[in-house]
Amino acid sequence: MTTKAFEAATVHGEMFDTNELVINMGPQHPSTHGVLRVVLRLDGEKVVDAEVVIGYLHRGIEKLSENRNWTQIILLTDRMDYVAAATSNVGYCETVEKLMAIEVPRRAKYIRTILMELQRIASHCLWVGTHAMDIGAMTVFLYAFRERELILDLFEEFCGARLTYNSMRIGGLPLDIPPGWDKKVLAFCDIMDGKVDEYETLLTHNRIWLERTKGVGVISGPEATALGLCGPALRGSGVARDVRKDEPYSAYDEMDFDIPVGVQGDTYDRYLVRMEEFRQSLRIIRQATQGIPEGPIVGKVPRLIKPAAGETYHAIESPKGELGYFIVSDGKSTNPYRFRVRPPSFCNLQALPRLVRGHLVADVVALIGSIDIVLGEVDR
Amino acid sequence: MADAPEHAPKAAVPTGPVEPPPPADAAVPGYITSLQNGVPGSVTQLSLYLGDWTVIVPASHLLQAGRYLRDNAACAFDYLSDLTATDWPPRTTEGRFDVVYMLYSTKHRHRVRLKVKLGEDQPLASVTGLWPAANWLEREVFDMFGVNFTGHPDRRRILMPEDWQGHPQRKDYPLEGPGELLMENPLDWLKLRQAREEADIE
Repeated sequence: MTTKAFEAATVHGEMFDTNELVINMGPQHPSTHGVLRVVLRLDGEKVVDAEVVIGYLHRGIEKLSENRNWTQIILLTDRMDYVAAATSNVGYCETVEKLMAIEVPRRAKYIRTILMELQRIASHCLWVGTHAMDIGAMTVFLYAFRERELILDLFEEFCGARLTYNSMRIGGLPLDIPPGWDKKVLAFCDIMDGKVDEYETLLTHNRIWLERTKGVGVISGPEATALGLCGPALRGSGVARDVRKDEPYSAYDEMDFDIPVGVQGDTYDRYLVRMEEFRQSLRIIRQATQGIPEGPIVGKVPRLIKPAAGETYHAIESPKGELGYFIVSDGKSTNPYRFRVRPPSFCNLQALPRLVRGHLVADVVALIGSIDIVLGEVDR
Repeated sequence: MADAPEHAPKAAVPTGPVEPPPPADAAVPGYITSLQNGVPGSVTQLSLYLGDWTVIVPASHLLQAGRYLRDNAACAFDYLSDLTATDWPPRTTEGRFDVVYMLYSTKHRHRVRLKVKLGEDQPLASVTGLWPAANWLEREVFDMFGVNFTGHPDRRRILMPEDWQGHPQRKDYPLEGPGELLMENPLDWLKLRQAREEADIE
């Protein structure tokens, strides 16, 4: 015979489930890299399930863009991935150029490539610093920010801003590079070469680092592809997918570089992939800086930007992964009819519950760092 | 809402996207002909613009076509790079929404765009079973447009708060709320709100 109370207790099973605990991580948590909330279901210290709650930084950039003219939108794209703003600028401008069939001069393409690769290094510097600090290695943070500062100085000299650059225009660039800037870029490459090795001496063979990252958040290549992971997170699982190689844009078809891929698909491999990307980016910057062609920096752009009616999708490789723009023009008004961003961080963050299942709470921090998200881009 | 169109674009509202048919001499890629033969009735229209192929699929054939495109060796579209929607409110015959799927094949490195035309309350089968990546993307489309996905494992709002009214990316959704009116003249704002509430009740 079962009593009523017993029935109630078995129906609502949690009365007997004393060892499962639901806790909130964030939205105000230093290692969630912004306003990200993760609801964790814990069994002791093991994560049974996780739910990601986003939207705290939603500013409606897509809706806003549909009510601004084509040039004003460049400024809004800065505010998505704010640690690699120039990359978002280029992605948007190239989509509009594709829509209007504007030929961009080679000089502008080369300078864009240099800027984008500098951004990749700056973004990876921020990533390696914060990721290592989340796991407990404080020193790397200070070292990485020292070099990021040099890149921000280069950007300041190029366009006057240090974070949100607004440094592109549809059809080319607003300004040519200042005299002597290319020499400074090359000098930076020489400094950076040694510094990447320095980060690696601190981490790659560090026993604590290996313990904390090896075998954490393993995901196979086919599963990562199906989950829509992109960028270093996908390449860490052994899928050689890079928009720069597969669908070249800007001057990447003229550059010689390799795509590093991982084997295990764990946090350590994703770390190694990004460390190698530092070196490949430096290789691209050297080639591009030494080969900047002479010529104009803006193509033939009509005074009033008003693409013909039609739609297109164009993707570029941002430091976080595939950054795509889907833009529909109605051909009548001076603003896009539909403006859609495919944010790489959003698609990567989707895999977090899958990655953290079965790991410890401390590994959640490592995994958030490992997929490298920027909440400005996740929430838009 | 009566006072919203102030911010709306001045030009006439378009009734649908431009989908130019491919020119007669364009070679249709193998994966599209394969889809046409493999799943009869799955391609109602083809379009080629700026080098992008778009296949317009009827909502009833979406899952079949998606499964074929993913599993057939010549297609192998294993990567869903984006899923989004476009709103065309004046379009009444085919329904107001275009749901757009950007597919990519990591094996063959080709792209195709699938498009489904859909009415406001018409259900659309979720593709989360084919590409798990669609989970959040469909949640966003549901949140922003109110597209009625069926068979989705977790259909909730994602960017907006759970108790939010309306779907912000629809073209008839106002761009601004009360804003300055509330700050400058709260009484006027209250009257406006009351008028709106009464209009809603009636």
